[in-house]
Amino acid sequence: MRVGIVGYGVYIPRYRIRVEDIARVWGHDAGSIKSGLDVIEKSVPSLDEDTATLAVEAARNALKRAKDVKPSEIGAVYVGSESHPYAVKPTAATVAEALGIVPNTTAADLEFACKAATAGIQACMGLVRGGYIKYGMSVGADTAQCAPGDALEYTASAGAAAYIIGGENLVAEIEDTFSYTQDVPDFWRREGSLYPRHGGRFTGEPAYFEHVIKASKGLMEKLGTNVSDYNYVVFHMPNGKFPLRAAKILGFTTEHIQPSLVVEVIGNTYSGSSLLGLAAVLDVAKAGERILLTSYGSGAGSDSFSIRVTDLIEERRNLAPPVKYYVERKEYIDYALYARNRCLYRG
Amino acid sequence: MSHIAPPAHWRRAKERYRLLGSKCENCGSTFFPPTKVCPKCRRKGKIAQTEFSGKGKIYSYTIIHSAPKMFEKYTPYILALVELEEGPKVMSQIVDCKPEEVKIGMDVEACFRKLFEQDGEGVISYGFKFRPADNSWKTSY
Ligand SMILES: [Zn+2]
Repeated sequence: MRVGIVGYGVYIPRYRIRVEDIARVWGHDAGSIKSGLDVIEKSVPSLDEDTATLAVEAARNALKRAKDVKPSEIGAVYVGSESHPYAVKPTAATVAEALGIVPNTTAADLEFACKAATAGIQACMGLVRGGYIKYGMSVGADTAQCAPGDALEYTASAGAAAYIIGGENLVAEIEDTFSYTQDVPDFWRREGSLYPRHGGRFTGEPAYFEHVIKASKGLMEKLGTNVSDYNYVVFHMPNGKFPLRAAKILGFTTEHIQPSLVVEVIGNTYSGSSLLGLAAVLDVAKAGERILLTSYGSGAGSDSFSIRVTDLIEERRNLAPPVKYYVERKEYIDYALYARNRCLYRG
Repeated sequence: MSHIAPPAHWRRAKERYRLLGSKCENCGSTFFPPTKVCPKCRRKGKIAQTEFSGKGKIYSYTIIHSAPKMFEKYTPYILALVELEEGPKVMSQIVDCKPEEVKIGMDVEACFRKLFEQDGEGVISYGFKFRPADNSWKTSY
């Protein structure tokens, strides 16, 4: 039985802050930050937006693209995030209620830093293939937290991507998946702490690259594919540099990864990051083309997917706004307004 | 201040989450918030639940500079009476729009936002607000 993506949708809040406007406040050099991170601005949620509202908007767009899927046919709803509005009370139930998926569905919030929603896709694949549900939905959404003045403040942003997984009417088939997980202290937030802590330079080699590379290679070994079989590659995007370097290490070219690199202009949307990148690729990919997607979550793990786009993509992608629309729909705010929003939106 | 107890919040949630109203299947009239009886047809009316499309126009509006405590952080904000394409008029905040940009007759669409929170500890109320309708993505991309 085939399994894959029946519908996908994204949402990015319309406010942006430029790296310059953050750097000015802390006396940092904006030029070296921009060239060091390959990020020039990031998205900022409104005062009345949080992970739940972002997730609902993305999920509604996914449902529009899934055209014939009725909300009542969605048997599982997972929301992956590290900024769920409540410590106890599931975001997934709010999403299910807002889409009319309730009450005959299972729902749960997932946590694994920035990769919880790809784990949610894997769970949906299993439930669909096992015949337990007809369709499942996994949403990655975050209004990312960061301590004021921390290096993360230049990238931690807000956005969401939602995927409806099923066995028929696929816009893209998921050929296989492979994961790689180890206990690594590269980034964490203790219960009750407002902001995450991270291991600085330690986040690179033993964390991001180790997992992204090993998961991607493991998947290709399992499937017997290699770099030349893929038209696009998508990775988690903590900044603009890491995914580009991971692509090079694996033997992919800049052309393979460029269509997914939304991080430069919206920042790191954490749980939404790699899945927003995948959506940007689905917005432009042609039938028959293949995509390698590998997420990354600190702590640490990667889920890798081999995806093949189907003929149905052409008629479905125009049923909801593309990533490019949300990227270009923007209004700049200054640090004062950003600070006002931030102190109220942190989860 | 008006403290909203969780059961009251919960009872109104469904109609606010999905813009659920009611429709009289006898005369076609639509209502928001949902009604149990059609005022035109009375006993002949047949009321059913209906989900509105979320498309509408601004019927009238006002700019709020001085708000109740739970909405203070949003000031100044636009409070509008939105006429849904199905007919009913609903009161809503207009978001993603500056006070100087709002106009009577402006096309708007529903979006999902936080409505209010009692404090850092209480329940968060979610539901529809409206934003300027933007269909540019259908032709520009
Ligand atoms: Zn009637």
